[in-house]
Amino acid sequence: MRRIAVVGASAAGLSAAEALRRQGYDGAITLIGEEPEPPYDRPPLSKQVLAGEWERDRLALRTPADLAALDLDLRLGVAAKGLELGSRTVELGDGSEVPYDGLIIATGVRPRRLPGEGAHVLRTLDDALTLRERLSAGQRLVVVGAGFLGAEAAAVAWRLGAEVTVLEPAAVPLAHAVGAEGGRMLAQVHVDRGVDLRCGVTVTEVTEDGVRLAGGEEIEADEVLVAIGSLPNTEWLEGSGLTVGDGLVCDQYCEAAKNVYAAGDVARWYNPLFGTSMRIEHRTNAAEQGMAAARNLLAAEGARKPFAPVPYFWSDQYDMKIQAYGFLRGHDEVAVVEGDLAQRRFVAGYRTDDRVSGVLAVGMPPKAIRRWRQAIATGAAWRETVRTGVPAADV
Amino acid sequence: MKVELEADKCVASGQCVVAAMDVFDQDDEGIAILLTEEVGDDQVDDVREAVAVCPAAAIRLVQA
Ligand SMILES: Cc1cc2nc3c(=O)[nH]c(=O)nc-3n(C[C@H](O)[C@H](O)[C@H](O)COP(=O)(O)OP(=O)(O)OC[C@H]3O[C@@H](n4cnc5c(N)ncnc54)[C@H](O)[C@@H]3O)c2cc1C
Ligand code: SF4
Repeated sequence: MRRIAVVGASAAGLSAAEALRRQGYDGAITLIGEEPEPPYDRPPLSKQVLAGEWERDRLALRTPADLAALDLDLRLGVAAKGLELGSRTVELGDGSEVPYDGLIIATGVRPRRLPGEGAHVLRTLDDALTLRERLSAGQRLVVVGAGFLGAEAAAVAWRLGAEVTVLEPAAVPLAHAVGAEGGRMLAQVHVDRGVDLRCGVTVTEVTEDGVRLAGGEEIEADEVLVAIGSLPNTEWLEGSGLTVGDGLVCDQYCEAAKNVYAAGDVARWYNPLFGTSMRIEHRTNAAEQGMAAARNLLAAEGARKPFAPVPYFWSDQYDMKIQAYGFLRGHDEVAVVEGDLAQRRFVAGYRTDDRVSGVLAVGMPPKAIRRWRQAIATGAAWRETVRTGVPAADV
Repeated sequence: MKVELEADKCVASGQCVVAAMDVFDQDDEGIAILLTEEVGDDQVDDVREAVAVCPAAAIRLVQA
C-alpha cells in the first residue's frame, strides 16, 4: 500500500492519519477536508467558544509543527465529490482526482435544518463565532431541540444573560438517550434557572421574527438556534456502490468495501461488544475509530481486530459535568446506584437484557465511574452489579 | 521524551489514564495530573495513545 486517502479532516480523519504514521506506514497520505481550517476540535464550540472564553487558536487539534511532521498531502477547502471504487479514485470539487490504494472515510455529519431562513446551527467554527456575536444580555434566543447540543448552548446563553426559550418535541428531553428519569432531571436544571423549556412542542418553520409551531402559534425571538440532530455526510458516495443507511455501513472491522474504511460520526459499524450496528456521535469515538480504521487498513487479512469500544461521552451544562459510558439507547432499565437524582450527584446504571450496558454520572468524581467502563466492556451481569453498587470487575 | 499537559483544556474524560496509567492520574474534579514528566522508552507508546485519544488535545509528547 503506497497511497492512502483520508476524506474528512477533523477528529476522526486526523486520528486515522496519525495512526497510519504511528504504525510505520511511510507512503503518501492525502488528507482532504471541505473546511479551510486545519483540523480543529468541535466540543468547545458549544462551550468555551460560545461563551467567549476561547478564541479560535485554542481549538487547533495539533500545532503546525505536529501537522508538518505527519508529512501529509493536505487538501483543505475542497470537498470530495465522488468515489470510483473500480478505478480507486476520489474525485474532488476542484476537478482533480486522488488515486488511492486504501481509503478512510471520515466525513462526519451536518446539522438537520428546518424550513425557513435565518436560523443558526452549531457545527463549525464559523457557526459558533457567528452565534456568539449575536448573543448578549437581554437577547431573546429560541433553541429548537433540547438534546445535549441545544442544552449546552442554552446554558451558555443563559449565563450570558440572554432570555432563553427551549422548544422540544418530546415529552421528556433526552429520554431516548438517558431514560425518562434522567431526562426529567436534566430538564429541571434549565427550569430552575428560569430558562423557558417547553416540551411536546413541534416547530415547523423558522420565520423572520422567530419560529412557527405546528399549531400555527408563533414564538418571537431575536435569534434562533436549530439543534435537532444531524445527517451523515454520505451524499458524495452516491453511485459508488457503497451501502449507505443512516451512515456509511461497515462491518465490525469498520470496513465498507475492500480497503475502504470509515470512522467517526459518519460510520455505522457493527459493534460486537453490544451485538448491534451503531453510529456514535462522540468525540472520543472519532479518535478511537480513526485509529482502529487505520490499523485495520494496514493489517494483514487475518490480523485485523474488530472495533468493539465502550463509547464514552461527556457534556458540560451550567455547573454540571455529565459523563456516560456504554450504549444507553434502547435500555430496559435504569437504576440509581449511588447518590441522588434530586441532588444532581449520582451514578445511574443501565440494563439491557441482563447485562450492564451503560452508566451515566452527574457531578461525581470520575473514579466513581471509571470502573463501570470495565463492567460494560466485560458485559458484567446486571443483578450482581446493582446489588453491590460496585461493578465486580476491577479497573 | 517529555509529556506536557494543558490542564485548563482537560475535560476530565479519563482517557489518558486508561491509556497510560503510570503517567496520568485524575484529581477529584477529574482533571488530569501528570505522575511524571519524563517518559521512559517503555511508556512512549502508551503516551502516544493517550495523546491520540485525549478528546481535548490537551496532551503533547515532546523531545526532552
Ligand atoms: C458543538 C458541538 C459540541 C460537541 N460536544 C461534544 C461533547 O461535549 N462530547 C462529545 O463526546 N462529543 C461532542 N461533540 C461531537 C464531536 O465533536 C464529534 O463526535 C466529532 O467531531 C466527530 O468527528 P468526525 O471527524 O467524525 O466528524 P466531523 O468533526 O464532523 O468532521 C468531518 C469533517 O469532514 C468534512 N467533510 C464533510 N464532507 C466532506 C467531503 N465530501 N469532502 C471532504 N471533507 C468533507 C467536514 O467539513 C468536517 O470537517 C460535539 C459536536 C459539536 C458540533
Ligand atoms: S484524556 Fe485529555 S481530557 Fe481526558 S482526562 Fe486526560 S488530559 Fe483530560
